[in-house]
Amino acid sequence: MPETLMAALEELERAYERAKRDKKFQARLEELLRTYAGRPTPLFFARRLTQKLGGAKIYLKREDLLHTGAHKINNCLGQGLLVERMGKHRVIAETGAGQHGVATATVCALLGFECVVYMGTEDMRRQELNVFRMRLLGAEVRGVSSGSCTLKDAINEAMRDWVTNVRTTHYLLGSVLGAHPYPTMVRDFHRVIGREARAQILKAEGKLPAAIIACVGGGSNSIGIFYDFLNDKKVQLIGVEAGGRSEKLGDHAARFRGGSPGVLQGTYSYVLQDSGGQIALTHSVSAGLDYPSIGPEHAALRDSGRAEYVPASDAEALAATTLLARTEGIISALESAHAVAELVKRAPKMKKSEIVIVNVSGRGDKDIGIMRENLQID
Amino acid sequence: MPLTFHKKPALVMYVTCGDPDLATTREIVLAAIEAGADVVELGVPFSDPVADGPVIQRASERALKHGTTLGQVLTLAAEIREHAQSTGLIVFSYLNPILRMGMEKFCKVARAAGVDGALITDLPVEEAGEYLRAMRAHDLAPVFLAAPTSPEERLKRIAEASRGFVYAVSRTGVTGARPELAEDARKLVKRLRRATKLPVALGFGISTAEQFAEVGEFADAVVVGSAIVETVERNRGREAAAVGEFVRKLSAISRQLSA
Repeated sequence: MPETLMAALEELERAYERAKRDKKFQARLEELLRTYAGRPTPLFFARRLTQKLGGAKIYLKREDLLHTGAHKINNCLGQGLLVERMGKHRVIAETGAGQHGVATATVCALLGFECVVYMGTEDMRRQELNVFRMRLLGAEVRGVSSGSCTLKDAINEAMRDWVTNVRTTHYLLGSVLGAHPYPTMVRDFHRVIGREARAQILKAEGKLPAAIIACVGGGSNSIGIFYDFLNDKKVQLIGVEAGGRSEKLGDHAARFRGGSPGVLQGTYSYVLQDSGGQIALTHSVSAGLDYPSIGPEHAALRDSGRAEYVPASDAEALAATTLLARTEGIISALESAHAVAELVKRAPKMKKSEIVIVNVSGRGDKDIGIMRENLQID
Repeated sequence: MPLTFHKKPALVMYVTCGDPDLATTREIVLAAIEAGADVVELGVPFSDPVADGPVIQRASERALKHGTTLGQVLTLAAEIREHAQSTGLIVFSYLNPILRMGMEKFCKVARAAGVDGALITDLPVEEAGEYLRAMRAHDLAPVFLAAPTSPEERLKRIAEASRGFVYAVSRTGVTGARPELAEDARKLVKRLRRATKLPVALGFGISTAEQFAEVGEFADAVVVGSAIVETVERNRGREAAAVGEFVRKLSAISRQLSA
């Protein structure tokens, strides 16, 4: 991290540590999550999908039903309340698929902050609905046309803004990436997903699931649902990365398949890079998974063997989208469809007595254009 | 010690290596040294230069398009060293290319090339343990950035970890020319003086002779980066001559310090 930002990171860490112990802060966050965002989200038994795949009993954690359409709002509300406490009035954010941008714009409208969202121009094109939503909410969306014009480049530009305006501005980072305290803080704000899911499955089935599957871009929804199961060693944790269109460097975002340890944007983790340490371009049909690095806690979970990470290709994710839509009437985001794609491979091999939970991290409205282009239904 | 400043203010110049190509970078640096540059920062192009403004971003892209690497920059350093024994040479890089090469190997090759020190833009002092050990073992000078937002205790740590000089960032923001010198600049240098006896070089946003002279009143050295890189960009075919003229204009402002 550039030295100019270090004091702000230290300030943020102190503010967060204080807020964590402050009952009033926690109560206000909980209330907003309940009355504004719509928590708890349901854990839904997917009867027809279970029959169709013929193996494990499938439950879906419905983060797609949250206000703004994805899990991202959990973290935005938490950081938004922190911004209030720190007395800053300007918020910046990066966004890939636009879900974090929309959630940030929403919270800024709710709490009365000025909001600027950086977004790669390629992502603005493929997620134009979300660009309009952000603008409708009063945010300024700034297009970024460097590198691959996607999430990584949006983060670069957000960091440049932050380094310039750090005294008045909070960077509301949307994933478990970046410098300390972001990966820990963002994880904590998403832990509610796993906490709820654990209680819900115990209530519904009286036992823990055999496996949990979630997609991993930076890794916020996956770490959120994994975290409260970490000590339940028999629960398999499976993260699904973007396998893209091929295994060639530049054609995917599967950091654990082609990446090696490195530092990008303040995070030491697995990074897709060339032999000289230059960061590689990435590709995924899903803008939210299209990023060359992965949250450092996922790297640790992978190295320790506690979690397993697999890729799903663009084509598999698109096929999974159709399957979920037609068996359960749920159109998921293309990001979440990567998790469903892994479910399709894994569930039939599991016992009928076993349970698997898939985190449906977001809904698919924003992806309708891409689905239309790729699925040739009409 | 090539990192000693002999003029006030001394001129520290930054150049993005490999823009437009390494042979031209070599000519640019030799012309600048001839014209009076005291220390040269050899910039290693990086795909994601978060601390840099548009000028250095564009230069980095051009340099990476034909695959400029850290290894090549170190080879270039050795060539420059052959021609310029008394000029300070610093490798200026983001962390990842150095990590990829390996900290130990980087220091070893840099030392052998005749490099005097290194500055890693995105490596904060508290994360620098391994780097500092390797640099010390190879007798290389680590230079750290101090920012207007750094509180006193950070300035102290930065000064303690630095060798040769401390690089003061004139304002919050990325690299690139600005019409006016920020008020932050004077204040930061003053605060650094209390934290260290090391010379202080001030950089970020300084592009004109007037600014150079103004900074010279309170800092020991001035870093000129984006203005050099922009001169390279605007003078295709006569890069070295143009940079030489620019450096000569700035150097004329400095006065020689008695040895």
